[in-house]
Amino acid sequence: MRFSDAARPELGDPAARRGRRRAAAEARGRRADAVGGFPGWEALREAGAAIRERTLRELGTHLETLEAAVEEEGGHVHWARDAAEARRIIDSLLPDDVPAALVRSDVTDEIGLDGAEPGPHSKAAVVGAGFLVAETGTLVVAERGDGLSFPGTLVAVAGIEDVVPGWTDLEVLLQLVSRAGAGVPMRPAISTRTGDFALVLLDNGRTTVLADPDGRAALRCVHCSACSDVCPVFQRTGPRPYGPGRAGPIGAVLTPQVRGVEAPLGASLPFASTLCGACADVCPVKIDIPAMLVHLRGRVVDARRGRPVPPPEMLLMRGLAWSMGDERRYEHTLVRRARWARLLARDGRIRRLPGLFGKWTDARDLPAPPRQSFRAWWRRRR
Amino acid sequence: MTAREEILGRVRGAFPGGDGGGVTVPRGYRRRAPVPRGDVIALFGERLADRRAAVRHVALDELAVAMAAMLWAREAKRVAVPADLPRAWLPGLDGVRPLTDDPPLDPAALAEADGVVTGCALAIAETGTVVLDGGRAQGRRELTLVPRHHLCVVHADQIVHTVPEAVGRLDPYLPLSWISGPSAGRTLEILVVEDW
Ligand code: SF4
Repeated sequence: MRFSDAARPELGDPAARRGRRRAAAEARGRRADAVGGFPGWEALREAGAAIRERTLRELGTHLETLEAAVEEEGGHVHWARDAAEARRIIDSLLPDDVPAALVRSDVTDEIGLDGAEPGPHSKAAVVGAGFLVAETGTLVVAERGDGLSFPGTLVAVAGIEDVVPGWTDLEVLLQLVSRAGAGVPMRPAISTRTGDFALVLLDNGRTTVLADPDGRAALRCVHCSACSDVCPVFQRTGPRPYGPGRAGPIGAVLTPQVRGVEAPLGASLPFASTLCGACADVCPVKIDIPAMLVHLRGRVVDARRGRPVPPPEMLLMRGLAWSMGDERRYEHTLVRRARWARLLARDGRIRRLPGLFGKWTDARDLPAPPRQSFRAWWRRRR
Repeated sequence: MTAREEILGRVRGAFPGGDGGGVTVPRGYRRRAPVPRGDVIALFGERLADRRAAVRHVALDELAVAMAAMLWAREAKRVAVPADLPRAWLPGLDGVRPLTDDPPLDPAALAEADGVVTGCALAIAETGTVVLDGGRAQGRRELTLVPRHHLCVVHADQIVHTVPEAVGRLDPYLPLSWISGPSAGRTLEILVVEDW
């Protein structure tokens, strides 16, 4: 479904919108406190961006180092091409006779896992990893507010990009996710474990993103959610219209890259933004989300150009190019269109344009054009 | 082709000229700062207060009395303690029964504890964090996860200023729990022992 169609019911629920607006404002306030007075925040962001960029550029090496380190400490590493394969592997790793608890993360949501939170009696758990340290084979879980005891059988799930090269890198990344995302100096509970767990590394489209030089920086993401908290679009629509993948600005750049820009969701998400740039300003690893959206808009247009029947806005743009390509043609068109438009206007505003143009006025009014164009007025003045 | 070969092949294929490499990480952020010890300890207290964790500073010979008062205030009667908790910390308190984790308390016994008393591996002033690594006076990880009240004893010289100082001191091969303030299911109280 197109983003704008999926957003319509959400926009029609003012109570939910108010709730989201209040929550986002609080989150922004907390974040401003957590980074505002912190000395060297920008230097920390620079380091974080470089650590994540380096990780991606040397990903093959770090994944192999991680695999060796985990196995050295008595763990085992499994690789999953897609969500279904990941679910199959996880099933085969869990004991049949006891229910497995789940510590959720973006990745466990991505592959569609659900289950109860772990308790003191849990004998098996599936855990969405925060980070994996390649050098030491350490699993880091920062999401769970109450901490984690890692009972019995432990299966960790992570995207291939969730690896970080060295132990020292945590001193940067833990501070960045905590301050930028939750707006606290440190997440309430962070648990680490080295060795003695099974690890499932998931691709599920990530290598496709990695192969695009203009898009791969999206994989730097450390899942802090700061970009969603500051996004004016997300604040109004909530997470649902972004579809099954990640929500918010980072979802708007990842989903079209992973699922392609041909289907309605992928083709509309790059336009689900005003390009205001707030997300890039807060992102702790400096992902330039607006630039990526522009790049993806270009890909959407290119994909459409290849279609046998050109879409209406392309015909319109071709028509415009024809009339604007010549001064006389342009002036003539202007006068004629302005006369038509004034006929449609009531009290100086056009509420509804006819035909295909009607979509544009679904969400806004159009001011009626003035009687005289600027060019005509300028000619007369001279 | 196995999934491993296929995924690693595609990862390598994303950079046709070999590993993209060549990114150096600028480490210009603050790793330590020249701050007097007293200020570091005071900062730790402030950060804990920000996170709604109760904190009290005591001298060593006041520790047992202060701990008694804090446990009493929480009405914590059965208190889980690691096997190697120093004897002097928990004096014979009226109405407080220590449940020593030796032999290990089973989940049911642990669930019945009103609180837990531990030490820590180190504490971070700037973030108001205590880090436990299962070492001396800390016990196993489950001990601090189940009871709804955690009283943690921190010696002043265990407090470091910044996160990088802490990461540099911690052993990645130990099971670490970083606890920063209370969480939904658990309160946190800190006793800072000033002279050790
Ligand atoms: S992209 Fe968004 S969620 Fe990811 S690190 Fe940047 S701000 Fe956080």
